[in-house]
Amino acid sequence: MKTQPTQRGREPIATQKRPTTPGVLGQLADFFDDRTGYRALVHEALYERVPGGARWRYVWGSTLVFAFLTQVITGLVLWSSYAASAQTAWESVYYIQHEMTGGWLLRGIHHVMAQMMIVLLALHLMQVVIDGAYRAPREVNFWLGLVLMMLVLGMALTGYLLPWDQKGYWATRVATNLAGLVPLLGPSIQQLVVGGPDYGHHTLTRFFALHAGFLPATLVLMLVVHLTLFRKHGLCARQPITRPDAMFWPDQVLKDAVAMLAVMAVVLGVILMPALRAMLEGRPIVPGELGAELGAPADPSQPYAAARPEWYFLFLFQFLKVFEGWGASGEFLGAIVVPGLIMGVMFLMPILGRWQLGHRFNIAFTLAILAGIGLLTAMAMNEDYAALWADRASFADVEKLLEETDGDATKIAAHFGNDATKIAAFSARAKKLDRIRHSQSFLDASEQAEADAARSIELAGRPERIPPAGMLELVRNDALSQGPKLFAQHCASCHAHVDPAAPNAASLMAKASAANLHGFGTAAWMRGLLDPKQVAGPGYFGNTAHKEDDMVNFVQNDLTDADTWKPDDIEAVIAAMAGEAGLAAAGTDPAIVEKGRGLIAADDRCGSCHTFRDNGVAAGSAPDITGWGSREWLIGIIVDPTHERFYGDSNDRMPSFGKAEEGAAPMLTRQQIGLIADWLRGDWYRPATH
Amino acid sequence: MSRHEAVSDSAEARRGFLAKLLAVCCGGLATLPPLVAGAWMILDPLRRRGAAATFLPVTDLASVPDDGIPRQFAVVTDRVDAWTGFAAEPIGAVYLRREQGSDTVEALSATCPHAGCFVEIESQGKCFRCPCHNSTFTLDGRIVAPSPSPRAMDGLECQIAKNGQIAVKWQNYYTGIAEKVARP
Ligand code: FES
Repeated sequence: MKTQPTQRGREPIATQKRPTTPGVLGQLADFFDDRTGYRALVHEALYERVPGGARWRYVWGSTLVFAFLTQVITGLVLWSSYAASAQTAWESVYYIQHEMTGGWLLRGIHHVMAQMMIVLLALHLMQVVIDGAYRAPREVNFWLGLVLMMLVLGMALTGYLLPWDQKGYWATRVATNLAGLVPLLGPSIQQLVVGGPDYGHHTLTRFFALHAGFLPATLVLMLVVHLTLFRKHGLCARQPITRPDAMFWPDQVLKDAVAMLAVMAVVLGVILMPALRAMLEGRPIVPGELGAELGAPADPSQPYAAARPEWYFLFLFQFLKVFEGWGASGEFLGAIVVPGLIMGVMFLMPILGRWQLGHRFNIAFTLAILAGIGLLTAMAMNEDYAALWADRASFADVEKLLEETDGDATKIAAHFGNDATKIAAFSARAKKLDRIRHSQSFLDASEQAEADAARSIELAGRPERIPPAGMLELVRNDALSQGPKLFAQHCASCHAHVDPAAPNAASLMAKASAANLHGFGTAAWMRGLLDPKQVAGPGYFGNTAHKEDDMVNFVQNDLTDADTWKPDDIEAVIAAMAGEAGLAAAGTDPAIVEKGRGLIAADDRCGSCHTFRDNGVAAGSAPDITGWGSREWLIGIIVDPTHERFYGDSNDRMPSFGKAEEGAAPMLTRQQIGLIADWLRGDWYRPATH
Repeated sequence: MSRHEAVSDSAEARRGFLAKLLAVCCGGLATLPPLVAGAWMILDPLRRRGAAATFLPVTDLASVPDDGIPRQFAVVTDRVDAWTGFAAEPIGAVYLRREQGSDTVEALSATCPHAGCFVEIESQGKCFRCPCHNSTFTLDGRIVAPSPSPRAMDGLECQIAKNGQIAVKWQNYYTGIAEKVARP
């Protein structure tokens, strides 16, 4: 083999023109060109004539191809770390987002670029319609474009479910239920997509196969045809052509590349904006919180009031509300017929566009649809976020009257002296107030969803990691997540749970009919109980049947006798009781606790009624306070307060939550009772850094 | 070449047609098995049925105060999801409601008949409201017009045992249609 000492580019022009063998690279290039003809292909690809010169308005198609390529690259890498099943999807996405290096960035790009693609699609479509680029001979390519658009929307829809979080789960339930409305085949389609009668593993595997397999494969095929046809027909130039033609390379390619860069800059900007804000505010930057969010794991038994589709589907979501009061036909119209008709008209555009009037109609139609989408989206946003900017205080009078009259129309009418105009004005304002309230409940639900998500992520990061049964098991066994819900459902109808220092504490405690359990087991709680001013108040026995019982009597009369009960003695008892609960403040003097135990056990003090450790007092006269406030003690009293160890016959109204008659299930399982006990005691997982 | 010349035109045409037919048939036949097997497996979910509707214990009478206000309870049962068997897993929720002084309980499924979101009790406690498209229902589940939902909330059969145990016949219904049709 003959070698060439210098590189081709450095050689004098004369030598290049000689038909001698070029350098090694050149030879190699010749070798492949002989066998593939690639030079002609590249030439054809790059040296396309752009009539009238390169223009910015032609970049949308290229940016879409670029966006799709980005999705392929990021998607494949995501795929390499994703595990589609109900017990691993959330978990693997958590791992990508919060633990793998660069996972947040990759997932962020995939997530934001998906939204970008929708925007670019709209722009591309608008440009094609306005320029009349669908007219002969480009009809087929226009139809292909519409199919491509539907494929992209399909990928967006299927991708939303894959993290298997509450948001994706509930949005998908709605979407698949709507698919079930298709006449005749609907239920079967739904069952096929969902992968069975219920949402689960196979919903995920099927959505994943659609999202990463069927849909993109079809898309690539269609895209190849779309691009081939595009080159075959050439660029549909903006008329009239006033400027000289240019070549695709490099003129148009340069514009395309700049546009791609801009698209990527926007995507990165969206991802990194929160980091910038954190930096400016001097907060630490947590990479896992950048890019795409991850909600709490999907739970079919947990309501998710913040359920919303991704913003670009919000108009469809809102559209369903338009058909209020139409019954079943409304939903069918809104979810199937109208979107179907719109797509139908779009498919007819190339035919309509043969006439100048038809072309005008097409443009007007496209703009009207986009405006409609914009309007519906704005309406949806306004409904959800109205409470953020509404002045709720100015509705105080409406709220008050509604509460007084219980919303009763005749009472309201009477209030306004049956003055029709006043009543109408009032009901208009009441409607507005209702909207604000509704928006407020959405905002509250979103806040709750964020808190749940943050807690799930905190739990997933425990040193013990996620159990094999998946994240949901961990969440369901987390006292901090479940405690408040269980308490609200089973305890809050009697008990308050409010920090006595909170501004609304007094009113909440007054409404309750049993003790305020906030801080139960702590020294602070015990100090309140032993306070003569509080013991018969609403925070303790005030609203119960025990309000005149021995304990109240003892605190108000005996404890106030400073000769027998010195302040130090009371403090010792408080310290000892908190010690029983295992909730004594750090650094409590053991000697004081020991002294307190002695006082409690003594038969002329607490021990005159209460069993305590081995003081030998028989059960029955008062609750056994050995281990008071401990997990075991709390579980015991919740299971059965009528047990002689606790209140026995003198139990006020508290149900025996863990006791059931033969053959029946108790109101609460031991596990649920344990969660309530743990939550009351503030006993839940906290990350080490807190 | 010489052999071809010997064959008559019509015979060649026939042979050509036969060859084409055979080529298409063979090729088609070869591709059929993966397509058929694929379709066969992809249609598998169609023959899957949900668990038959049975009465599931939910709570007991004492947990449903007789104040006419619905309370939400989880429905717990063993559940199979493809290859995974879950023991005692919450699969949905019901609202139970008892009128003043009444010993009977009404059960409503928490699944919205519009498109399947989770219906909640509105913050004022005066009605049910679906957080998705604002379908509103009275506390006994009737539609408050105008509503996107085509029908009232789905009532569920309810049994109260002697010992006060409440069992609800758990059932999913098709959403978005005016009639209440149980899913298989
Ligand atoms: S799903 Fe309940 S209103 Fe639409």
